[in-house]
Amino acid sequence: MGTLGSSIQNGSAAIHAVQLCRHYRMGEAVIRAVDGLNLQVRAGEFVALLGSSGSGKSSVLNLIAGLDHPTSGSVVVHDRDLAKLSREELAGYRLRAVGMVFQSFNLIASMTLAENVELPMRFAEVERGKRDSLAREALTRVGLQARMNHRPSELSGGEQQRAALARALINRPQLLLADEPTGNLDSRTGTEIMNMVREFNQQLGMTVVMVTHERALAERYAQRLIFLADGKLVGDEANSVAASAARIEPSGREAVLP
Amino acid sequence: MKLPDLMELAVRNLRESLLRNSLTTVGISVGVASLVAMLSLGIGLQQLASRRLMKSGLFDTVVVTSRRDLRNFGHEEERSGPAPGESRILDESTRQEIEHLPNVLEAYPDIRFITELRFEDKAHLTMISALPESAKSNDAFEQMQGHFFSSDMTAEVVIQKTFAEELLGKTPKSGLDETNVALLAPLLLGKELVMRYAQREASPAASPSAGKDTSIPSGDKNLAGAAYSVVSREQKLKIVGVADLDPESMRGPTRARVFLPLKLAESLHVMQPTDLREISRAATDQPAYSSISVRVKNPPQIRAIEDAIKKMGFNTFSILDATRSLQQFFAVLDLFLGIFGSLALAVASIGIVNTLVMAILERRREIGIMKAIGASDGDVKKLFFAEAGAMGILGGIVGVALGWAIGQAINLGTNIYLKQQALPPEHFWAVPWWLVGAAIVFAFIVSLLSGLYPAARAARLDPVQALRYE
Repeated sequence: MGTLGSSIQNGSAAIHAVQLCRHYRMGEAVIRAVDGLNLQVRAGEFVALLGSSGSGKSSVLNLIAGLDHPTSGSVVVHDRDLAKLSREELAGYRLRAVGMVFQSFNLIASMTLAENVELPMRFAEVERGKRDSLAREALTRVGLQARMNHRPSELSGGEQQRAALARALINRPQLLLADEPTGNLDSRTGTEIMNMVREFNQQLGMTVVMVTHERALAERYAQRLIFLADGKLVGDEANSVAASAARIEPSGREAVLP
Repeated sequence: MKLPDLMELAVRNLRESLLRNSLTTVGISVGVASLVAMLSLGIGLQQLASRRLMKSGLFDTVVVTSRRDLRNFGHEEERSGPAPGESRILDESTRQEIEHLPNVLEAYPDIRFITELRFEDKAHLTMISALPESAKSNDAFEQMQGHFFSSDMTAEVVIQKTFAEELLGKTPKSGLDETNVALLAPLLLGKELVMRYAQREASPAASPSAGKDTSIPSGDKNLAGAAYSVVSREQKLKIVGVADLDPESMRGPTRARVFLPLKLAESLHVMQPTDLREISRAATDQPAYSSISVRVKNPPQIRAIEDAIKKMGFNTFSILDATRSLQQFFAVLDLFLGIFGSLALAVASIGIVNTLVMAILERRREIGIMKAIGASDGDVKKLFFAEAGAMGILGGIVGVALGWAIGQAINLGTNIYLKQQALPPEHFWAVPWWLVGAAIVFAFIVSLLSGLYPAARAARLDPVQALRYE
């Protein structure tokens, strides 16, 4: 735990969870998906949440994303106590402060890539002209400028995940939450996506929390590994490999970020 | 989310499941069409009825009688104003006074009398009445055989069908179809009738020059002009028209079957029953009228004009109360037609609820995604509302067009039927502009109400569960 303490002291806390609990009732039984979790993540940190399935890692991510309400305890993200926000305020928080990518990409099938990417800006009531140019810019950044008017079903998994990344970044959030982002991709495409995530982390200074069950992937990219089991924190270690890997390993593509 | 974005997304979503949404929209269209069809039938019938009633002259006419006429129409006793014995006489000067009241179109004396008419050496006794030129537009005369009087002074008559039958000795057999007036008319038009009547003539004894006559007591000088003699006269009259309908049906037993031009009738100075009654009062040699008919510009002004005439000291009668209950009848009819029409729209609105609830199930994941990337409950709710509203407006527009088409088709069909029955065509279908607008707005509102539950349900959807749903 010494490493955790020192890392918090070095930077400001982006995420601060205290005695966080999320319990579900399933008939008679109570499932403790998250059970008294204490966690701090520094701004700009790249953290991996590791654990077997059912360990509660996705539940933690949903709580940080403001998609779910804690049963008890608190989770404060950039000074906002999510447990105390109204549904409307939580929607605003998801819209402006959080970008999310999922294992199954979650693009809307009836919309083209450009429309998918600009959708969050519609909710943010950004005017059309600005929306179009920002969507184009974001898709160019992930190398999909030629595919703007295609529907998700016409694209490969890797391309869909790149579009999802572009969508996650479009409102310039401080926090990127990724739930098994490479789970549905082959290893080469997975690497491509992870390199992009690392670029966002390093060049845009975004805080990244990634849920994965692949320890190797986590060790390759994350600066810190957090292990969960039965909704509890069972391990928290700094990862020196990732820091050096970022410098040694050539990126899949040239950085296109500003 | 801004409105244009909302509408764009809504239309896009509607296009995604085109068949289902089209069918729902067709359902709304049918509902709106039935509503429009029912209401335009009600409105059309009302317009037809009021058009007919206006033409009949019943609803824009006030009948004025003297209070001295104790056998008046009045169903209620006139308690205010002068007593009958001291009230005014209806004569030419009062007629002019009434005609100068605001909103009065014309005021003409009712000249009606029972007399003998000879046709081909056979005597017939009937009620005769005089008509002003304006009666030409009365629909009883609009569709008659022959024509209306060529002028207000010519010696012409229009006769009613039952009198025509009497003249020709054709008594209608009960249970059989009515005689066709078109068959009677050729036998009578252009023929001559001889009217025998009693003419009131100023008596030489009553003239002022006879003032020295000792037979008249000096104290009764004010009765000087009141004496006259009655002379039997004959007048030849040409039959120019045979009317099928009865223009005086409202008058019941006193209705006339033979009609004279008004000016001609006035010039004949036919002895009237009132002449005897007023003889004790009339100081002038002007005739007194038994009643005066007053035509007003607009039926709603009848009440005010009646009041004004009552203030002058006369009794009045109109069937305004009858129109009022007629309006009430149509209001109820419209209400019932509207309710029946709305039933189909109610069924259609359930269709909207069903379609949208299905859409929520189908698009559960999509709603979850939208929420995950920052859509608020309100955004999701508005989106479903917009979809319901778009279906409502589209269904409303198509429905109004459909309802109009149904109306035209029924109108056409009915007129073909009327033609086969040798009846004149009628226009009893009316789709006023306000109904077009109101139907579309109504469809829109009903759709929004139908969208209320699905939209609330979609908005409440838990994003975590929705995203888990495959």
